[in-house]
Amino acid sequence: MNRLLPLLGFFALVGLLGFGMWWNAHHEANEVPSPLIGKPAPEFALPLLYAPSQTLTKKDLLGKPYLINVFGSWCATCQYEHPILMAEAKKLGVPLIGMAWKDPPAESQRWLQQFGNPYDTIMSDADGRAGIEFGVYGAPETFLIDAQGVIRYKRIGMLTPETIASELNPQLAKLGAGGR
Amino acid sequence: MNRFLRRLATALIALMLAATCVVHAIDPLPFRDRAEEVRFQNLTRQLRCLVCQNQDLADSDADLARDLRKEVFDMMRAGKSDADIKHFLVARYNDFVLYDPPLKPGTWLLWFAPFVFVVIGAIAILRILRRRTRAAVAVSVHAPSHTEDDW
Repeated sequence: MNRLLPLLGFFALVGLLGFGMWWNAHHEANEVPSPLIGKPAPEFALPLLYAPSQTLTKKDLLGKPYLINVFGSWCATCQYEHPILMAEAKKLGVPLIGMAWKDPPAESQRWLQQFGNPYDTIMSDADGRAGIEFGVYGAPETFLIDAQGVIRYKRIGMLTPETIASELNPQLAKLGAGGR
Repeated sequence: MNRFLRRLATALIALMLAATCVVHAIDPLPFRDRAEEVRFQNLTRQLRCLVCQNQDLADSDADLARDLRKEVFDMMRAGKSDADIKHFLVARYNDFVLYDPPLKPGTWLLWFAPFVFVVIGAIAILRILRRRTRAAVAVSVHAPSHTEDDW
C-alpha cells in the first residue's frame, strides 16, 4: 500500500490536470462575473442616438422588463452578433435597447445604416460614462433588466442563438416575459 | 566580421536597455503636485485593467483603462479616499479589479490553502521521521548498524 502511495498521488495530480482542462474548456477564463446581478441597475440619462435632444432615463423604462445591448461600430464581435440580433430581437418579447458605447453618434448611425437596426431604441453613451456605471468592460455585453429596474442577467460577449435559448429565454420566462 | 559582431552586440544591448525603461501609458492628467501624482500612480498600480487582464491600470494602454484612470483621477479630485475609489470599482467590476484579493469567506481557500498544505507536509514528514527513528532504534538494538538513513 505504501509503495502505491506515490502512484496514487500521481494519478490524483493527473485527475486535477484533467479537471482543470475540462473546466477551462467549459468556462470563459477572461470573463469577470458582474457584481451587479440582482442589484438595481445604475441610474442613467442618455441622449437618443436619433434624437439627441431627448434623453432616455432608467425611470422611463421602469414597468416592464427590457434588454440593454452594449455595442459600438468599432467593435469587431458586434458585427458577428449583429445578424443574430436582427433575426432574434423581435422574437424575444421584450424591448431591445441599444447602448452605443464609446462611439461617436455619427459612426453608430453609419454602422446601423449599413447593417440594419435591430433595436427598439438606441441611446448614445459616447464618452462611456454610463458604461462604467454598468461595469461594461468590452462590447458586446447584454443586460436583462426587470420591471423594477433590477439587473437579472448579464451576457458578456455576443449573444448567439444557443445562449439565447439556453440562458436568456429561461431568464425571460422567469420574468413572465417572452421566452418561448 | 569582428566589427559586425561588435556592432550587433552594441545594437542588442541598446535594445535591451530601451526595453527596460519602464513605459507608462501616460495621459496628461493635470496633477496639482507631486504628492497627488504619486498617490494616483500607487492607486492605479493596485487596480487591474479589465481589457488586458494582466496589466494594471497604470500601465495599460487600453481605451477603457484610460477612461478608468480619468475616473479615478476625478474621484481623487472629488475628495474620495483610496478605499472609496476601490469600492466604486469593485461594486461595478468585482474583486477582480483588485490585484490583491481581499480576505473574505469566498477567498479563504485561496489565502489559507498554502498553509494547510505546509501543515499536511509537516505532519507527513514528522510521521516518516518518527517511523524511521523507531526502525533505526529497533535495528541498532538487534545489530549495531553503521548505515545512514538513505533519504
